[in-house]
Amino acid sequence: MPDLLIELFSEEIPARMQAKAAKDLQQLVTNGLVDAGLTYASAGAFSTPRRLTLSVEGLTAESPNTREERKGPKVGAPDPAIDGFCRGAGVSRDDLQVRDTGKGEVYFAVIEKTGRPADDIIAEVLEATVRSFPWPKSMRWGSGSLKWVRPLHSILCILTDEAGATVVPVDVDGIVSSDVTKGHRFLAPDAFSVVSFDDYEAKLKRAKVVLRADERADMIWSEASNQAFAAGLELVEDKGLLAEVAGLVEWPVVLMGTIAEDFRSLPPEVLTASMKEHQKFFSVRDKTGQVVRFVTVANRETADNGATILAGNQKVLFARLSDAKFFWENDLRVAKKGGTEWTDALRKVTFHNKLGTVAELVDRMAKLSAEVAPLVGADADEAEAAARFAKADLSSEMIYEFPDLQGLMGRYYAKEAGLSDAVAAAAEEHYSPLGPSDDVPTAPVSVAVALAEKLDKLTGFWAIDEKPTGSKDPFALRRAALGVIRLVLENTLTLKLSGFVKDADLLSFFHDRLKVYLRDEGISHDVIDASLAMPGSDDLLLLVNRARALAAFLKTDDGENLIQGFKRANNILSQAEEKDGVEYSFGADIKFAEEDAEKALFAALDAADAKIAPAMASEDFAAAMSAMADLRAPIDAFFEAVQINADTELLRRNRLNLLHRIRTICLSVADLRKLEG
Amino acid sequence: MTNTPRSFQEIILRLQDYWAAKGCAIMQPYDLEVGAGTFHPATTLRSLGSVPWAAAYVQPSRRPTDGRYGANPNRLQHYYQYQVLIKPSPPDLQDLYLGSLQAIGIDMDMHDIRFVEDDWESPTLGAWGLGWEVWCDGMEVSQFTYFQQVGGHDCHPVSGELTYGLERLAMYVLGVDHVMDMPYNDPDAPIALTYGDVFLQNEQEYSRWNFDIADTDILLKHFEDAERECAAILANEQIDPKTGLKIVMAQPAYDQCIKASHLFNLLDARGVISVTERQAYIGRVRALAKLCADAFVQTAAGGAA
Repeated sequence: MPDLLIELFSEEIPARMQAKAAKDLQQLVTNGLVDAGLTYASAGAFSTPRRLTLSVEGLTAESPNTREERKGPKVGAPDPAIDGFCRGAGVSRDDLQVRDTGKGEVYFAVIEKTGRPADDIIAEVLEATVRSFPWPKSMRWGSGSLKWVRPLHSILCILTDEAGATVVPVDVDGIVSSDVTKGHRFLAPDAFSVVSFDDYEAKLKRAKVVLRADERADMIWSEASNQAFAAGLELVEDKGLLAEVAGLVEWPVVLMGTIAEDFRSLPPEVLTASMKEHQKFFSVRDKTGQVVRFVTVANRETADNGATILAGNQKVLFARLSDAKFFWENDLRVAKKGGTEWTDALRKVTFHNKLGTVAELVDRMAKLSAEVAPLVGADADEAEAAARFAKADLSSEMIYEFPDLQGLMGRYYAKEAGLSDAVAAAAEEHYSPLGPSDDVPTAPVSVAVALAEKLDKLTGFWAIDEKPTGSKDPFALRRAALGVIRLVLENTLTLKLSGFVKDADLLSFFHDRLKVYLRDEGISHDVIDASLAMPGSDDLLLLVNRARALAAFLKTDDGENLIQGFKRANNILSQAEEKDGVEYSFGADIKFAEEDAEKALFAALDAADAKIAPAMASEDFAAAMSAMADLRAPIDAFFEAVQINADTELLRRNRLNLLHRIRTICLSVADLRKLEG
Repeated sequence: MTNTPRSFQEIILRLQDYWAAKGCAIMQPYDLEVGAGTFHPATTLRSLGSVPWAAAYVQPSRRPTDGRYGANPNRLQHYYQYQVLIKPSPPDLQDLYLGSLQAIGIDMDMHDIRFVEDDWESPTLGAWGLGWEVWCDGMEVSQFTYFQQVGGHDCHPVSGELTYGLERLAMYVLGVDHVMDMPYNDPDAPIALTYGDVFLQNEQEYSRWNFDIADTDILLKHFEDAERECAAILANEQIDPKTGLKIVMAQPAYDQCIKASHLFNLLDARGVISVTERQAYIGRVRALAKLCADAFVQTAAGGAA
């Protein structure tokens, strides 16, 4: 069984695209081979900045012969039908066979395909793969029309068996396959030929190319950790950066450099952001958490062991950090004066052309924060002050340069401005939670401003009719609504949404978000609808507690059966009420009860009433549900023993009135009519 | 070992020699204010259509918002770009480029050169391409782009564009930390001049003018005039009634597009363009660029029969 090796050699592939491209290459080629009738034992794909490589082992040498019989129209069928059948089967009319199927004579087509050698199939599949490769962005070059992520230079494509390697002839827009590749761009640029995957990987390594991205990442990580450890320091982990850097080099060489004393006063987050964003450096910190060194990964060895390269990188970093320090020091001067220069500047920054400036946003947030504060246990003045400072850092020089540090710099600057720790924390935390797994702030002032920020955003965008549609949510309003939900629930806050949200459509948007949120807890949407129909449902915490209790109740045997009993009672009653044109709410009288089961139900309803009313009053939904569960047996027994449509009208009406009591009691807990199934 | 150049101008001269030797027409800077070397008609217009092209040139470039009164070590409102454009992009363009670094004294055996993804887009020119920023020991020394579209037209064939930020590159090669300290001519010349001797006063003067003095009403009027004139030029019949020749006047119209673009940059530096208006202005310049591109492809240089 031969092995297949393919390498697509190009100019530098963006690091972020390499891993997926390797997977796509594997999938497209192996699927194509299998579709054409070949099989294989195993396959693996690899990438470096300049190559995508696929190794397929144990490939069959040719596809099998196949024979297929197709049944066609009856003999004597109209010509167009017969011609159509021939076209579909790819045979001529003379080749059709006539067979008697017992129900008359019918045409049959026999389609025989002879197997094809693997290299024919590979050439076809590889060309199709190159021409339709799913790059996120691709380009043309020179005078050609072929598209690739960057200019494609060569294609290596060989089949290897016991007899040796042969080149699979492929020609894509004049790029003709061979068994030749090249080593490292600078360290070993010469071309060489290979005879198998093992030979390829080994020769590449001799030519200063590590084929496997994970191996390069491991080399970088272990060498960088070792160098940091040897200096009594610790490498700051950053998996995204590691993967990116591993995609920028074919021959990683780790170099560690020092950060000048001058820059140690900068917040470590600023150092890390500056080094990562602009230079793709790792941070190395000391025991106190101060970032004191950096690690850069070069793509080569040099005669001076990287001294020139490190010196160059250090110099670039010096310039970068000088900028950062310049921004930081300018910012500190503004912050120490209270930051009013920044808050004033926000008057000129548009938040949204229909929602005014950021300063106007801040005014609204401040007012709302003060309103929310007592509900979340925060001091109203402090919450307002926090909101007033929360967006100040957006005018700072540091955030202009590093937008990702918004909030975090606000915290530093708030402290410099002499504001309280709570206000400083709110400057950072009021953006949270950003995603479903992001931490929810718990400090009351932070919670107040975080709620105000999101509520203002939602009501504002609803007012100007910029709602999310389908997959489009450019202002992240779903995330904002989920943020409000999580802030309220995870801090167990009692906060009536209707106090802040007047728009019915926005309220139902909140309810939809809540359904999505609770779905992950295994609570279905009808349970939420049943809870939403109850009074006080704009209190999210109350609503969710009710839904959780109801969901738990429905999981019990009693719960499920009680719902059936309720539905039966409700259906009979509703039908009777519609027919008779009256509402049976006169109150049933026990003195007309005849059967034991009927009398027992009276007693059980009295007992349940006595428990449910106080439980509901104290919002103890679990107790109310459990009292309701006690009704299951008496209701079941009642329906077993008692005929509602009794002989006398008096008895019938009394029993319908009794059903009405069941309905009333059950509906006082949740609107069970909304439950499905 | 490559011998190291001694001055800013020597680096420019070596680049000129190198690209001349590689067959490029060495052009002179375009005589209008532009924001980048790409605006030179030798790039923007010549990247359109099917006619082969190879040019290299220095282009003085102006970015009014980057003015720092000459105080910042590497930020200037007036600086130089070195630009190379070859159509169709040759298969060995990366190697040609690396050769140019060698030519200005960057020893390939000692440095770490990297091609890092950087897609290029010019909203004002309606242009985009894919390529890299080239790093030398972690510093960006050039932009390398394969043009895909210019003025809304697909590029067929594709041009390869190289742009060197000359001051930054030269500071690196010469080991200078502040641009104003960089030797402009040979440091041993009888009258040795630094970059600061030549440009510091200019930077101060233009920074003040750009940020505080330029009359925005006049700039706005000029912008509108340029916009109108561009469209008016192209509205003329292609056949010149006087000579009877087909004369499209793509470049005179494009001059007005360049002017509009620079006037927009000046207005931006004066801080009189709001975030929302910004997009609208960029759209107006792009519309002009597109008109000019449409016109150029109807000319002989643009490949029209």
